[in-house]
Amino acid sequence: MSDAETIYKTDALIAEDIDSYLDQHQHKSLLRFITCGSVDDGKSTLIGRLLYDSKMIFEDQLEALQADSKKVGTQGQEIDFALLVDGLAAEREQGITIDVAYRFFATEKRKFIVADCPGHEQYTRNMFTGASTADLAVILIDARKGVLVQTRRHSYLCNLIGIKNIVLAVNKMDLIDYDQAKYDAIVADYAAFAAEIGIKDFTAMPISGFKGDNITTNSANTPWYTGKPLIEHLETVELDNTADQSKPFRLPVQWVNRPNLDFRGFSGLIATGSVKPGDAIRVLPSGKTSTVTKVVTLDGDLDEAVAGQSVTVCFADEVDCSRGNVIATADAPPEVSDQFEATLVWMDDDALHVGRSYWLKLGTQMVSATVQQPKYTVNVNTMEHLAAKTLELNAIGVAELATDKPIVFEPYAESRTLGGFILIDKISNRTVGAGMLHFSLRRAQNVHWQATDIGREVHANLKNQKPRVLWFTGLSGSGKSTIANEVEKQLNLMNRHTFLLDGDNVRHGLNKDLGFTEADRIENIRRVGEVAKLMTDAGLIVLTAFISPFRAERDMVRAMLPEGEFIEIFVDTPLEVAEARDVKGLYKKARSGALKNFTGIDSPYEAPINPEIRVNTVEMTPVEAAEHIIRAILPLK
Amino acid sequence: MTRTLTHLERLEAESIHIMREVVAEAERPVMLYSVGKDSAVMLHLARKAFYPSPPPFPLLHVDTTWKFQEMYKLRDRMAKESGMELLVYHNPEAMERGINPFDHGPLHTDMWKTEGLKQALDHYGFDAAFGGARRDEEKSRAKERIFSFRTATHGWDPKNQRPELWNLYNAKKAKGESIRVFPISNWTELDIWQYIHLNDIPIVPLYFSAKRPTVERDGMLLMVDDDRFPLKEGEVPVERSIRFRTLGCYPLTGAVESDAKTLPEVIQEMLLTTTSERQGRVIDKDGGDASMEKKKQEGYF
Ligand SMILES: Nc1nc2c(ncn2[C@@H]2O[C@H](COP(=O)(O)OP(=O)(O)OP(=O)(O)O)[C@@H](O)[C@H]2O)c(=O)[nH]1
Ligand SMILES: [Mg+2]
Repeated sequence: MSDAETIYKTDALIAEDIDSYLDQHQHKSLLRFITCGSVDDGKSTLIGRLLYDSKMIFEDQLEALQADSKKVGTQGQEIDFALLVDGLAAEREQGITIDVAYRFFATEKRKFIVADCPGHEQYTRNMFTGASTADLAVILIDARKGVLVQTRRHSYLCNLIGIKNIVLAVNKMDLIDYDQAKYDAIVADYAAFAAEIGIKDFTAMPISGFKGDNITTNSANTPWYTGKPLIEHLETVELDNTADQSKPFRLPVQWVNRPNLDFRGFSGLIATGSVKPGDAIRVLPSGKTSTVTKVVTLDGDLDEAVAGQSVTVCFADEVDCSRGNVIATADAPPEVSDQFEATLVWMDDDALHVGRSYWLKLGTQMVSATVQQPKYTVNVNTMEHLAAKTLELNAIGVAELATDKPIVFEPYAESRTLGGFILIDKISNRTVGAGMLHFSLRRAQNVHWQATDIGREVHANLKNQKPRVLWFTGLSGSGKSTIANEVEKQLNLMNRHTFLLDGDNVRHGLNKDLGFTEADRIENIRRVGEVAKLMTDAGLIVLTAFISPFRAERDMVRAMLPEGEFIEIFVDTPLEVAEARDVKGLYKKARSGALKNFTGIDSPYEAPINPEIRVNTVEMTPVEAAEHIIRAILPLK
Repeated sequence: MTRTLTHLERLEAESIHIMREVVAEAERPVMLYSVGKDSAVMLHLARKAFYPSPPPFPLLHVDTTWKFQEMYKLRDRMAKESGMELLVYHNPEAMERGINPFDHGPLHTDMWKTEGLKQALDHYGFDAAFGGARRDEEKSRAKERIFSFRTATHGWDPKNQRPELWNLYNAKKAKGESIRVFPISNWTELDIWQYIHLNDIPIVPLYFSAKRPTVERDGMLLMVDDDRFPLKEGEVPVERSIRFRTLGCYPLTGAVESDAKTLPEVIQEMLLTTTSERQGRVIDKDGGDASMEKKKQEGYF
């Protein structure tokens, strides 16, 4: 292994002249890569091998490895390198990788962070996590098996997330007697598939992670292979991370730095481009302009800072700028929009709920977003586009989405930072999806709006009222319909134009195609929200009486309406009281198990945190409650 | 003009970005400060991240009363220099029962550190805690996310971690739940030393070789740091040129014999050594193969 020694750790230099070694090390570049591919193709073994060859394994760790290999290893008495990487107890027991492991090594030229990804389909989200920060992917193939479904899936995902450097490592060559013909066939097979999914270029090599062929030096077992060994390729492959620096300047603001009245700086990681004092900038989405005066760091002000650096910048003017804003070159700012087309990768066991409101985080912006029914999902095996109603775990699809506020963005192909986003479930707080924006749907592109002369203000003025949605929420039997009915009666006496939507008039018509699954209940509320919105456009005061147990759904409707027009009314009746009333006998059925998913019994009710109005039906009669509500919404115009 | 950032520049930028995200999204963040070299780097990065403001969170030292004297000294000095509030927490039950590493074995770490940490976080209501753990330290740490989600009882579920895409961190959580954040996850031991060297970051002098009183026990060189060290029969402290690769409770931390008196010498020794840094710690060994993973599930950092 003397060759390996010289590549990795210049022991002689360290011993003789540590200062020049440190100087050399300090100026190394960084390559982040992943290993991926199908189950058992030897990803973890390869990384274990790289660590072992690069002397990153200390004596005490090696002793432990040898003992472990005999105990739980998959290679009999021989060293099982995968055990160096598969660090979780469950992984070692099952001999598989569940989650990404990040490992580190260096050669004379470069430092490496390698993420070992799991091959099992079940853990695709973990593979995608690893891939999202990688500059290069080593896709492994078991030479005995050739291209498998997971090889395709991972290749597709690597390409989707924008990894430009792909290495196809045909592994376990030792098990096919280093057969060139078989190797060539696999490479040709892969090349056809790669072309189909848009991978323009890849570097193939025959290796054995287990035996060490073509890892650090060219192997005598494959004299026909004339390319570089893996390590040399990793050391010399050109990095495209300077490409970001030549794009226009973008700095998503993370935090406003305001230690005292004399200093106001904006902190963030430069996504693309560079910045120096004197540059003209524009703050988005407001569009306000100013000039950069300083780029501040603890080590002194900088003459220039580039993409990839974390900085704090100051402006010449007191322009409004806060977290979520993006500071950009004044003359080439990014777009702002609230409707997009995007590719989504679903990562949660709970499938996408079309129409549900999720948190969307993009750069430093956090907004609410709803996803439409997917246009299609991709079958990674055949590359077919399939029709789909939703996205299940690990599905990849294209869909339109809308955010409740305009966001600053760029297509993912131009900027990972301003084009990549995650979706977070508002109830479980889990990260459920990842997405890559394609482009914004200008309204004109989406729905052709007929310009009308009689707008919502005209409708409202004619009716002499301010349109609103009085959204009653509460348990079954809490008194929503009774009170809403009473409110409508009183408004009617006051000559107001109203309309009451409740389960009966909606479920029998508009929503009769919907059942009571979670997805259908969300869709039910979404449609009610849209109808209520149209009615407010017509100038009406709309009352709705639905249990609407989920905060996320109520917030979704709130977000559809202009500020101040959604009035959430919490009909606050304790479960015992509602259950004791049991007007329709539903609680009894639910308790006996005859009725499933009943709110309050085996399905949660999320009480409003800050409702505009709360009525206590234990202390008030329906008429009193209605009077209370009317007083709270005065004046009506 | 474009230029390739060095690996240290990339690591620094990433760590600073992580810290700012936490400050922007968490309600009550805190930095766990253990006074070791990793804490030293983490604190320095925090000062960079928020300069000219002082880092907008306190430092928390979950103390065991058994740290080296020099560590307490540096701790107080750094808190002052950084302008940050220093909170020192002692598990009252461990205090009362006089839990110590000589008489109580693993219970010492369990009560002072694991329990102490959980109590301290609950006591102050911190919902995000920065820790200086690195992925190159140990095989279960190599698997952990940068934002590592903890249940209301501080549990970690390694088989069900949240996906973590690009540099988009999900800090959302329900009441009572919390997040441990590891801003220097991707740094290696060598990166830490080199960064300390380049930035002149103050560290505890115990990392450098000096003559110190020691005794040898179970193949480990222990330093007699104060008179609470119970000498066994026939044991006499011997002056040796030693230093430490890692710092913890002095009765649990093994020294190495060394002449390295400067940072380059320390780095040189580290690079030429053949054993891992955590080998000098008793804590990783008890409990066998998955001991760190288990500790982490129970709430240890
Ligand atoms: N003969 C031979 N066996 C290998 C080679 N590479 C890996 N193996 C064996 O293949 C089996 C699977 O290897 P792993 O490294 O765990 O595979 P993996 O791709 O990481 O698997 P997952 O992460 O679970 O998808 C183990 O028994 C390895 O020892 C090789 O080059 N030659
Ligand atoms: Mg594996």
